[in-house]
Amino acid sequence: MSDELDMRDKAAWDAAEKVADYEHGWSSDIETDFAPKGLTEDTVRFISAKKNEPEWMLEWRLKAFALWKTMTPPDWAKLNVPPIDYQDAYYYAEPKAKPKLGSLDEVDPEILRIYEKLGIPIAEQEVLAGVEGARRVAVDAVFDSVSVATTFRAELERAGVIFRSISEAIKEYPELVKKWLGKIVPMHDNYFATLNCAVFSDGTFVYIPEGVRCPMELSTYFRINAENTGQFERTLIIADKGSYVSYLEGCTAPMRDENQLHAAVVELVALDDAEIKYSTVQNWYPGDAEGKGGIYNFVTKRALCQGRNSKVSWTQVETGSAVTWKYPSCVLNGENSVGEFYSVAVTNNYQQADTGTKMIHNGKGSRSTIVSKGISAGHSNNTYRGLVRVAPNAEGVRNFTQCDSLLLGSLSGAHTVPYIEVRNPSAQIEHEATTSKISDDQMFYAMARGLNAEEAVALIVNGFAKEVLQQLPMEFAVEAQKLLGISLEGSVG
Amino acid sequence: MLQITNLHANVGDKPILKGLTLSLNAGEIHAIMGPNGAGKSTLGYVLSGRPGYEVTEGSVTFNGNDLLALEPHERAAAGLFLGFQYPVEIPGVSNVQFLREALNAQRKNRGEAPLSGAEFLKVAREQAGALGMDMDMLKRPVNVGFSGGEKKRNEMVQMGIINPALAILDETDSGLDIDALRTVGDGINRIMRKPDKAVLLITHYQRLLDYVKPDFVHVLADGRITRTGGAELALELERDGYKELAA
Repeated sequence: MSDELDMRDKAAWDAAEKVADYEHGWSSDIETDFAPKGLTEDTVRFISAKKNEPEWMLEWRLKAFALWKTMTPPDWAKLNVPPIDYQDAYYYAEPKAKPKLGSLDEVDPEILRIYEKLGIPIAEQEVLAGVEGARRVAVDAVFDSVSVATTFRAELERAGVIFRSISEAIKEYPELVKKWLGKIVPMHDNYFATLNCAVFSDGTFVYIPEGVRCPMELSTYFRINAENTGQFERTLIIADKGSYVSYLEGCTAPMRDENQLHAAVVELVALDDAEIKYSTVQNWYPGDAEGKGGIYNFVTKRALCQGRNSKVSWTQVETGSAVTWKYPSCVLNGENSVGEFYSVAVTNNYQQADTGTKMIHNGKGSRSTIVSKGISAGHSNNTYRGLVRVAPNAEGVRNFTQCDSLLLGSLSGAHTVPYIEVRNPSAQIEHEATTSKISDDQMFYAMARGLNAEEAVALIVNGFAKEVLQQLPMEFAVEAQKLLGISLEGSVG
Repeated sequence: MLQITNLHANVGDKPILKGLTLSLNAGEIHAIMGPNGAGKSTLGYVLSGRPGYEVTEGSVTFNGNDLLALEPHERAAAGLFLGFQYPVEIPGVSNVQFLREALNAQRKNRGEAPLSGAEFLKVAREQAGALGMDMDMLKRPVNVGFSGGEKKRNEMVQMGIINPALAILDETDSGLDIDALRTVGDGINRIMRKPDKAVLLITHYQRLLDYVKPDFVHVLADGRITRTGGAELALELERDGYKELAA
C-alpha cells in the first residue's frame, strides 16, 4: 500500500472514529448543547456566536429574521399541517465532545431491523468514512446542527475541489460564499427559506474549479437526533466553467412521537459547460401507522443554470417524512442549458407529500425533462406540483414532462397539478400523465411464482419507478430499491 | 402427489366447482377438457390459491399436506406451478429479475441458499435456448409487448427455470401457431415428463395432446369430472363434441 493510501485511510478512520462517538446510542444518551428554547433575535445571535461567524454573516441572519417575522407560512400546497409553534423548539443542538457511549442493545430494534434490511451496518462509520469496499465517497456528516466529519479532504484539495462545512467556508472562503449565498434562493423567497437564512446551523459547501471533474462522488449525510430540534441545513454548490460533480444526500432521523421540523435550503450554480448531478434519498422518520410523529420536511432546493450548455440534474427518492413540501427547481438562464428532475415519492399510512419541480426557461434553446413517479398507499396523499415557464425571449425551448401515479389500496390519494406558462410560440412542451392501481392480476402472477405479498408489491413498485431509480449512482440505487419495499410494508393485506 | 376430494368452490356467490374429485400420481400427465364455463380455469386458480376463489367444501392434499392452507407463494415453494392462460405484464421489471427473485424467494422458503446471478443466468440461458427464446427477450420487461405466442413460450421458459414438481397448465396451447405448439409441447415433455413430476393440462382442444401424450383424459362439465379415459378419449371428444358426453 502506498503512503498516499495510508494517509487516506488514516484520515478516513480518524473521521470515522469521530463520527462513531456520536453514532452510538442514537438519541437519548448523547449529551447535547442546546440554544435556549424558542426563537428570538437572541437565538440568532447565539447561533452566530457559537459558530464564531464574521459580522456580515450575523447581519445577514438578523435581516432575515426581521423579514421572517413579517411573513406567513404558505398555504397553497395540498397538505394538512397543524400550526407549528416556533417558540416550542430548539434551534441549535450540538453534540458534546465526549458523549457517553451506549451499546447496540439500546438502539431501537425497529431501526436496527430496517438498517439490516437496507444492508447498512449499524457501525456506519465505514460507510460514512467511505472505506467500505471499493466505494469511494467523500462524506460530510451533519449531526443535528453541526458538521462532524469531512473525509478525503486532502485528496480533494489536490484536485482543487473545496468540500467544507458551510460554517468553515464562511470563515475560509468569505468572498465565494458572499458571491452566491442567497443569490439562487433569495432571502425573501418563502417563509421556510427565510427562516433558514436566520437560523441555519450547518451544511455543506462545495466549489469545483474551472475544468475539474470531481475525482469522487461527494456526499452529505444528515441526521436529526436531539428531541424537539429543528434542523436547518444549508448547502451551496458552485460548479465553475466546464466542471462536473455528482453529489449525494442521504437523510435519516430516529423515531419520535412529536413532530420535528426540517427546513433546508440548497443552492446550486452551474457556469458555462458545467454539470451538477444532485441525488437525494430521503428517509426521515415518517410517523407511525396512526400518523403520530414524523418529520415536517419543508425544503427549498434550486439550481441556477447560469452558463451556456450548463446542466443540472435532480434525482430524488422521497420515502420518509410525515409532511414533504419540496420542489427542486432549475432556473435555465444559460443558452442551451439543461434541467432534469427525476423523482420517486412514496407515501404510506398518513404521510403527505406535495412535491415536484419548477423549470424556468429564460435561455434560448434550453431544455428540461421531468419524470415524476408518485406511489400512494394507506391513507396517504401524494401530490405532484410542477411549473414549466418559458420567457418571451427564450426561443426554441423544449420540455418533456411525465407524471405517473400508482395507487395501492382504495384509501390513498394521488394528485397531479401541472402549471404551464409559455410566452414564446416556438416552445415545444409535452406533458404525459397516468394514474393506475397495482392490479390483482399482477399481484397474483408474482405470488404464483413464489413472491409473498410484500415482495410482490416491492417488485411491481420498483418496476414502476425504474426510470428514476436508474438515474441514481449504483450504490444508492440498490439502497433505494430496498427502501421502496420497506416503506410500503403493511400496505397490502 | 395431488389428491382432490369432493372439491366445491365459489367465485363470488356463484358455485363453480361442485364436487370435483381427481387424483394425480408422480410420473403422470392428465388432461382436463371440457366446454366453456365448465370450471377448468377455476380449478387452476383454486389449486394455486388465487384470492376471490373460495373453497366451500372438500379437500386438496399435495404430497400429503393440506394445499388449501397455504398462501399462493407457499404453494409455489412447495412445487406447484400455474401456467397462465393470460400471462400478465409487469412494466419495468425484466424477466431475468422477476424470475431470479421468484426462484430465490422459493428457495428461501424451502431453506435453500439463493442462486447467484451467474448461476441463475446459466439456468436461464439453457431454458431459453431450449425453447428458442433469445436472451434479449429475457432482459425485456415481463410480457410487455410480447405477442400471445411469445407470452406462452415465456411461461414455458419460466416453468423450465423454476422446475416445479407439479405443473397446472391453463390453455397453454391457445394462441399458438403450429410451430410454436410443437416447441411448447416439446418443452412440456422435456421439463415435466419425469418419474417424480406430474402435469395437469387444461385444454379445449386435442391438438396439444398430439405432442404431449396424456396418461389420462378427464371431462370436466358443470363443476365435476363426468368421464375419465385414456388418450383416446380426447380424440373421441374432438370427433363428437362435449354435448354427447355431457348428456
